[in-house]
Amino acid sequence: MIAQPAPKPGILARRDEILAALHALVPGDGVIGDETRLKPYETDGLAAYRQVPLAVVLPRTTAEVAAVLRYCHRIGLRVVPRGAGTSLSGGALPLADAVVIGLMRMNRILDIDLDDRFAVVEAGVTNIGITNAVAGDGFFYAPDPSSQLACMIGGNVMMNSGGAHCLKYGVTANNLLGLKFVTIEGEVIDIGGAHLDAAGYDWLGLITGSEGQLGIVTEVTVRILRGPEGARAMLAAFKGTEIAGAAVDAIIGSGIIPVALEFMDKPCIHACEAFAHAGYPLDAEAMLIIEVEGSTAEQDDLLNRIKAICERFDPISLKLAESPEQSLAIWKGRKGAFGAVGRISPDYLCMDGTIPTSELPFVLKRIGEMSTQFDLKVANVFHAGDGNLHPLIMFDANDPDSFHRAEAFGAAILTLCVEVGGCLTGEHGVGVEKRDLMNVQFTARELDQQRALKTAFDPQWLLNPSKVFPLDGAPVAMAAE
Amino acid sequence: MTDLLAPADEAGVAAAVAAAHAAREPLAVEGNGTKRGLLRPVQAARTLSVRNLSGITLYRPAELVLSARAGTPIPEIEAALAEKGQHLIAEPPDLRALLGASEPATLGGIVAANLSGPRRIAWGAMRDHVLGVRFVNGAGEVLRSGGRVLKNVTGLDLCKLLAGSYGTLGVMTEITIKVLPAPEASATLLITVPDLAAGVRALSAGLGSPFGVSGAALLPGAPHQAALRLEDFATSVAYRMGRLREDLSRFGDARVIEDAASRAFWRDVRDAAVLAAQPEDAVWRISVRPSAGPAVAQAVQALGGRALLDWGGGLVWVAAPASEAAHDALVAAAAVSGGTCTLFRAPETLRLAVAVLPAEPAPLAAIGARVKAALDPAGILNPGRMRAGL
Ligand SMILES: Cc1cc2nc3c(=O)[nH]c(=O)nc-3n(C[C@H](O)[C@H](O)[C@H](O)COP(=O)(O)OP(=O)(O)OC[C@H]3O[C@@H](n4cnc5c(N)ncnc54)[C@H](O)[C@@H]3O)c2cc1C
Repeated sequence: MIAQPAPKPGILARRDEILAALHALVPGDGVIGDETRLKPYETDGLAAYRQVPLAVVLPRTTAEVAAVLRYCHRIGLRVVPRGAGTSLSGGALPLADAVVIGLMRMNRILDIDLDDRFAVVEAGVTNIGITNAVAGDGFFYAPDPSSQLACMIGGNVMMNSGGAHCLKYGVTANNLLGLKFVTIEGEVIDIGGAHLDAAGYDWLGLITGSEGQLGIVTEVTVRILRGPEGARAMLAAFKGTEIAGAAVDAIIGSGIIPVALEFMDKPCIHACEAFAHAGYPLDAEAMLIIEVEGSTAEQDDLLNRIKAICERFDPISLKLAESPEQSLAIWKGRKGAFGAVGRISPDYLCMDGTIPTSELPFVLKRIGEMSTQFDLKVANVFHAGDGNLHPLIMFDANDPDSFHRAEAFGAAILTLCVEVGGCLTGEHGVGVEKRDLMNVQFTARELDQQRALKTAFDPQWLLNPSKVFPLDGAPVAMAAE
Repeated sequence: MTDLLAPADEAGVAAAVAAAHAAREPLAVEGNGTKRGLLRPVQAARTLSVRNLSGITLYRPAELVLSARAGTPIPEIEAALAEKGQHLIAEPPDLRALLGASEPATLGGIVAANLSGPRRIAWGAMRDHVLGVRFVNGAGEVLRSGGRVLKNVTGLDLCKLLAGSYGTLGVMTEITIKVLPAPEASATLLITVPDLAAGVRALSAGLGSPFGVSGAALLPGAPHQAALRLEDFATSVAYRMGRLREDLSRFGDARVIEDAASRAFWRDVRDAAVLAAQPEDAVWRISVRPSAGPAVAQAVQALGGRALLDWGGGLVWVAAPASEAAHDALVAAAAVSGGTCTLFRAPETLRLAVAVLPAEPAPLAAIGARVKAALDPAGILNPGRMRAGL
């Protein structure tokens, strides 16, 4: 279990006064204080951790966010920002003495400009909501996390989320132009705008992926892109993970960058097939889903080139979608992978390390050995083009020992990722989950440097404390409970 | 010329910075010094160059990553990539001619200035492809951020903060970047347009098409020319060019140039050679939303200057007689649409007299000062390079 900091007794004692003050700042039904209505906010996508917060505030405007933050700063009240709460790393996990600031009521689309190819949206607009708003004109917002129906753009910015198509289109950071940003002191700052590469320090780049440590984002200006003429997927199944890895190298080496290049191992193929009946080959050790874009003729050309490459690796089966419907069928299993594993095992931890792709066979072999060692099943699905692994570790939440083994297994996998030249997290963030592993990837000096940058934005460490940075080095005392 | 320190390795850089930190002595930080004339001049008795930290340290074509020491010349990296059929995604400019430099830019310099070429509009800026850095902060500590993998959100992203910070926050010693296969073919559609606004509309139509336009520039002149580039496999480029030409036929007479001619055309746009800046001109780089580009270009005309529009109209390169009045007028023209104006190259007197970068709102400037202090507590790294007093 990961320790949480001790609540500030002075704050807990002032609960009624704080609720009244928040009510004055966010009138109407924007403040939640009673136990039953606080309950839904006690956890996020990392459901093994729960903590009911002191209060929840649901502001509707940037001015309200600023007023609440100014108040928190004045009385030393901790803040946990929250979008949709789909974080898989416990990034939005509350603290007993913190107010959760939920952005979900700030869900308006403020501007769409097709000529200059940007949209300005509030932080609580869902990821898919942006694409839906421009899809009628043939445009889309590129980063597409699997959680896109629920997750919000503010959360995407703070996690620098990726998606299945980021091999071609990049992650959130590569698709942003500007932010409206509120500091803990309650100052509202416009960062960037509707233009590229604003002059001066890259505040946009520093804030993106900062996991709520530096301030609250209330508006986001995103780039929107015209969609391709069409897209189509193929499926390639191989006798070994090593062979599939070599095929991936050969595809990239040929000069083709598919828009998506996804990898599943045998346990994952089986779980997804049982769930989606997508026609996945059950005898394969590894399977790739590869998607290309363009006109129908261009798709044919690229898929045939890729097929010819895969044929050099003694495939078990190669299936080219012949229609958009067949493409959807191929994707159906992959998109439902987490849900499919959830049917086999109601509880699983989703890991998110990245490795150099050349290390893939070795890492998969080691994960297999660890699965025996920790006596827990694991299914692997990952973004093959960029080496971002998602091992899904299955455990039984009713059995504390099983949960502890799952956490230890996860930590061992992430440590291995760092050892082979990779990192702890490719897209889900450090949150609370990987906080205590930060010492594996960074030296004490490197962490202190990052902490000093947080302090430059948040001198009292009120913003999402206990996430990202191990508690013991914090410049502001945060004794573990 | 100031005292030049050019350590042989990272440990030497760290020692030099640590000594300067202890003595509270400012350092001018550079690679080959090609951008010395850019932004504000640094007042420092010593210059610290990473020019001797040179060489590619890791290149895995199949993983799309390359690491090199900060002082590695860009042409050396381009040559290594070309051997494997790959290239630098952001197409950074070669500004030797514009800046009057004899040596090529280094990887560290290009990243520190976050300089990107025409492909930025489609494939991202230099900073988007920085996967990891090793650097020495202002206290002389060797630190890392990011890594050598394509996806990494572990901890705060100092790579992006250092990219574009012009050596004021840390001295980068080694940088890892993402690279991509170089496209097989390049072709450019050149459209003669009646005015600049129509030109930007043509570029917007192209960028809003499904054909993957990877360069969109507007060359003012008689006549004005809008240029749109496609890069991909030859069969794709041929097909898409046919479609694009048809779609944009309403904007004016068009012709297509291919391969060597297309590549040479974009090299001249990338390096702002098309701007033909005269030695006595100052040069500005203005970033606005594309549709605001023509109004900026008009302001340039009123000053008796010349403009080149890239990035769909959103990047305006300006050459005009160097004066404070011209600078103020351009800053104002950029601000109308919320864009930013950078005084890129100018005589030292002008660079010292004006704010070369737009001012930041007070709360952000305060955070900026604290961030600078967190990375460079004694304020010794390139003081005054970006802003007076910082
Ligand atoms: C089934 C499933 C599939 C997923 N697939 C993917 C995937 O493919 N790729 C991927 O990258 N992620 C994926 N995720 C993870 C998650 O969806 C992303 O991290 C997402 O960006 C979180 O958005 P959210 O709105 O839910 O944010 P939350 O979970 O509410 O918050 C995320 C973090 O950001 C902070 N925060 C939120 N909003 C703001 C704001 N406005 N200002 C400041 N801080 C804020 C929070 O404090 C927290 O630290 C998946 C999650 C699930 C459950």
